Amino acid sequence: MTNPFTASPFVGKTFGVTVEHLTKRYGKTTVLADVSLEVRPGEIFCIMGPSGSGKSVLLKHVAGLELPTSGSVRIGHFDAADPATRNQVHLALVFQAGALFNSLSVYDNLALYPREHREADEAGIRDRVMHALQILSLEKAALKFPAELSGGMKKRVAIARALVMEPQLLLYDEPTSELDPVMSATLTEIIATLREQTAVTSIVVTHDSTLALNIADRIAVLMDGRIRATGPTADFKHHSDPVIANFLNPVIDLQNPRFKQLEQSHE
Amino acid sequence: MKHLLAIIDSIGCALVLLWRSAKHLGTLPRQFPRFIEQCYLIGYTSLPIVTILLFFIGCVLALQSGYSMENFGAKQFIGTLVGLTMARELGPVMVAILVAGRVGSAITAELASMKVYQEIDALVTMNIPPERILVLPRLAAILVMMPVLTIIADLCGWFGGALVSQFTHSISVDSEAYFTALKAYMKPHDITDGLIKAEVFGFVIVLVCCHIGLSTRGGPREIGASVTKAVVTSLILILVLDYFVTKALLLAT
Ligand SMILES: Nc1ncnc2c1ncn2[C@@H]1O[C@H](COP(=O)(O)OP(=O)(O)OP(=O)(O)O)[C@@H](O)[C@H]1O
Ligand SMILES: [Mg+2]
Repeated sequence: MTNPFTASPFVGKTFGVTVEHLTKRYGKTTVLADVSLEVRPGEIFCIMGPSGSGKSVLLKHVAGLELPTSGSVRIGHFDAADPATRNQVHLALVFQAGALFNSLSVYDNLALYPREHREADEAGIRDRVMHALQILSLEKAALKFPAELSGGMKKRVAIARALVMEPQLLLYDEPTSELDPVMSATLTEIIATLREQTAVTSIVVTHDSTLALNIADRIAVLMDGRIRATGPTADFKHHSDPVIANFLNPVIDLQNPRFKQLEQSHE
Repeated sequence: MKHLLAIIDSIGCALVLLWRSAKHLGTLPRQFPRFIEQCYLIGYTSLPIVTILLFFIGCVLALQSGYSMENFGAKQFIGTLVGLTMARELGPVMVAILVAGRVGSAITAELASMKVYQEIDALVTMNIPPERILVLPRLAAILVMMPVLTIIADLCGWFGGALVSQFTHSISVDSEAYFTALKAYMKPHDITDGLIKAEVFGFVIVLVCCHIGLSTRGGPREIGASVTKAVVTSLILILVLDYFVTKALLLAT
């Protein structure tokens, strides 16, 4: 089968992302504090970190859905917060919760983007949509509605929808969090293959250390809204910072004294 | 003072929404299926309630005016009264109130839930402005459907009035006399004034309900709050605008 993911006029140009001194506050709570990052064009950049550390908020700033309290996010030399940037840079965001259009079937969810932007005729769109569905083993779900899908299927549809968009910058928010191990492995392959075929820049927010350590070019670890460490993937295999080493390879201690105390307090 | 500022603020935001939607006017022909879908949802599904309600309003109007006009011996003008009241006032206003309750609430609920469940954010990242595919087809559909609904409403009201006039003993104006009286004093602009009012109301309802839906923040609870706010705001605006639009139309003739 020929690869339909070459038709987009955007393919070929890649953009890096520069985050400079980004601070975000909601009311009095500071969610991101002076975050600076540099994602190079065409690389796979993984952002890891504990739950609630501000990863999703950071990704939304890159997508231009949130405005920085201070600091800036640039995609290439365009300001991510400026709506006009979306005419210059073709980006796709895989939302943590999927964000599928509930009133549209899976097929129409995927077809909406190429239809609205008139990127192909109906037959061409069909090829692209079916190809994306096939990659994620979703052919049978094409005519279902989002309410009829399982959590993992929704996530896969969200990923397929992003693939159909043929973006230059792909932002994934925990793409493997609801997938089974085989599907996670497939997705890891997809992310790596896409980069080779279309030179897309990928930013992957994930808890999945297998994914990160296997395909990331560089990794950043976000903790409490600050960058705790950033560097090439090799550095993270045996990281010198014990907090990070433990985060990537948590030790399961069945005798953890913390829970012993809990039990006692209940007695 | 705070309330006043809030009202001015939301009027401003609604106008901005209108401006943003109008910018995509050129895409409307491409969105024909969406436009037809909205016409169906706004117009066709409102038809049963509009016919029933306006029919009974016509009936009651004839009954009440028959009772009070008896005193002047002016029963033969009952058709004139029902006809003009329906066409100029009750037709458009009642249709607008029904549309605010049925259609406005549905629009706000749908857009608010799309906002809360990040569907709007998804559209934004896909560079598909929500104004284009969500607001514009609805605005176009309401502009087409409001006159249709109002004409049907007027006809139902007149018909209800005629039935009551003929078959109520104390009135007993037969339908021929009723419709002769109705036609004698009805000028074309009486009908068109009513239709203009209906257009204004419908347009304002959709704009306000879309704006309130799209500016929802928070979780599912806020969807309910937005719907309430949208319906209440629409009703207030209908009745306030009614006075001013009527005044303007009367001055113009
Ligand atoms: N709209 C908002 N208003 C107020 N606080 C928010 C908002 N969005 C996020 N937060 C807060 O920002 C912090 C970071 O949230 P975020 O969703 O980025 O976490 P995360 O790192 O993606 O976590 P997870 O791995 O669980 O998805 C949380 O403490 C959250 O309560
Ligand atoms: Mg998150």
